[in-house]
Amino acid sequence: MGIDVHHITKRFGDFVALDDVSLSIPTGQLTALLGPSGGGKSTLLRIIAGLEEPDSGTVTIEGVDATALPPQRRNVGFVFQHYAAFKHLSVYRNVAFGLEIRKRPKDEIRTRVMELLELVHLEQFADRYPAQLSGGQRQRMALARALAVEPSVMLLDEPFGALDAQVRRELRDWLRRLHDEVHVTTVFVTHDQEEALEVSDEIVVINQGAVEQTGTPSALYDQPANEFVMRFLGPVTHLGGHLVRPHDIDISLTPEPATHAATVSRIQRVGFEVRVEARTADTTDADEVSIQLTRGLADRLDLAVGQQLWLRASHDASALDLTDTPALAVS
Amino acid sequence: MTRSSAATVAPGRRHRTRWIRPAPGVGRLGRGGALGLGLATLWLSLLVLIPLAAVVLKSFSHGAGNFWSAVTAPDALAALRLTVETSLLVSLVDVVMGTLVAWVLVRDEFVGKRILEVVIDLPFALPTIVAGLVLLALYGPQSPLHVNLAQSRAAVFLALLFVTLPFVVRTVEPVLIELDHDMEEAAASLGASRFVVFRRIVLPNLAPAIAAGTALSFARAISEYGATVLLSGNIPLKTQVASVQIAGQIESDNTAGAAAVATVLLVTALLVMIALTLLQRWARRRG
Ligand SMILES: Nc1ncnc2c1ncn2[C@@H]1O[C@H](COP(=O)(O)OP(=O)(O)OP(=O)(O)O)[C@@H](O)[C@H]1O
Ligand SMILES: [Mg+2]
Repeated sequence: MGIDVHHITKRFGDFVALDDVSLSIPTGQLTALLGPSGGGKSTLLRIIAGLEEPDSGTVTIEGVDATALPPQRRNVGFVFQHYAAFKHLSVYRNVAFGLEIRKRPKDEIRTRVMELLELVHLEQFADRYPAQLSGGQRQRMALARALAVEPSVMLLDEPFGALDAQVRRELRDWLRRLHDEVHVTTVFVTHDQEEALEVSDEIVVINQGAVEQTGTPSALYDQPANEFVMRFLGPVTHLGGHLVRPHDIDISLTPEPATHAATVSRIQRVGFEVRVEARTADTTDADEVSIQLTRGLADRLDLAVGQQLWLRASHDASALDLTDTPALAVS
Repeated sequence: MTRSSAATVAPGRRHRTRWIRPAPGVGRLGRGGALGLGLATLWLSLLVLIPLAAVVLKSFSHGAGNFWSAVTAPDALAALRLTVETSLLVSLVDVVMGTLVAWVLVRDEFVGKRILEVVIDLPFALPTIVAGLVLLALYGPQSPLHVNLAQSRAAVFLALLFVTLPFVVRTVEPVLIELDHDMEEAAASLGASRFVVFRRIVLPNLAPAIAAGTALSFARAISEYGATVLLSGNIPLKTQVASVQIAGQIESDNTAGAAAVATVLLVTALLVMIALTLLQRWARRRG
């Protein structure tokens, strides 16, 4: 159930946008498609919605094979990055559109539309035209419009991509709350790892037309399948031939077994956090290591530039051994 | 297509009072704006309003009775009827075909598209008398197609169709190119069939351009002279159009009579423009 994507391949001319992608998206959850620009996220979402046709493979939505169905009959709600508001219709008529063309009774439409406008906090804007709304309001209208026809899945293509950081953050939290209320299977595309980690139940990392990894936000963050995923989900640094997160490094002021000696080259305080750059003295691969620590810890250690440290990855850290996994191409 | 909010309810006041605020920019012209408005008014007056007023005044120079008899003279009435009726019909055809041609040019890829783009502008580029010659050669007594429309009303219809072809196409085309394709996809995924998408999303967004193109078409059609005169044979009471009738009146020194017919044409053109604007508003209100 949910959405099942089987061996989807999509080419644009010679360019392979999706290369044999298979994916299972669970019912009722909020799933993020995360990946760098040009990775194929939009293409995959549009194939699920029927707006793009795959060269091969199948799409199943809530148990129904939708591969041959036109977008009209897939019962998906699609939200576009640039709102796709019907400019010539009022907010009310925008939201009512799907119900009007289904020839629902007027009273029923009115009740449902007002209910939805309330849900997206636009009830006082019913008579306005899209041009009179802010970007965030337009996108909420687009969400209400898609929800009006009670779709079995909601697909959102970078819904907050065109908004400024502040509004983006607000809407992101709001989307999470909305999803907890409405519980419709939702897939949203983003290239912002923070957005994906904060909002979603599941993350699918897509890169160069292929799925790199699927899992919960913490699974992906803590057990990245490869270097690409690890790098994409957060800051990384090198330590003794391993890739580790800067906050996963233990510092000792005296030599300990299995540590790497290093010299502090830079200390920077950023609010609550302190970033330390240190140079390891390993004979084989001398590295510039970044370490992230809390201000309290930094104060206790009383670090100074030029000081000698011994570093090692914390025992529960996610670390990738760069010597035995062949480094993946990172674009 | 932005609508300015003319009436805004003041926040926090939920009484019956509605604060009517002028849309931004209205009623508060800066110095530059005032200068621009003055210049535009002067320009329009010199070029359009004063000459038009002169024509209208001239037409009544021998009194309303003379105006009426000039307009209802059999040849004048026949010419006016032929001109207005044919122009309306031609405009109607232009609405449908012009929109269709614009659609094909924008949305379809086919060989010869570039050539078609140029061909559409030909009626613009040709001096209308040349268009008349072309039509005479094609559909005259020596027609290579064996279609002889000479001296028939069909000739007038055909000539007007020819010269008005580009208007709707050229006004609709840029709007169609700029039309946000996401809107159509959004409508489709909300369950709208291709026809419904066209009817409820595309058409309303094209309507202003179609109306503008139609107004131009109609205006051009009622004023056409050169393209019609050769093939139609210019037979009074049968195939003579108003502009040719006016020219004839002037040649026989009946300037007031010519001005009277011209005034009727002018009023008709105005009425059609107003009707198109009203139609558009009505269509918008109905969605
Ligand atoms: N209609 C098209 N014609 C040709 N190439 C296309 C088309 N649509 C997408 N592509 C190509 O397919 C690749 C994947 O595009 P897609 O839009 O799916 O990327 P994305 O992951 O959504 O990126 P972004 O985050 O920038 O939106 C890109 O390299 C793009 O150039
Ligand atoms: Mg995209």
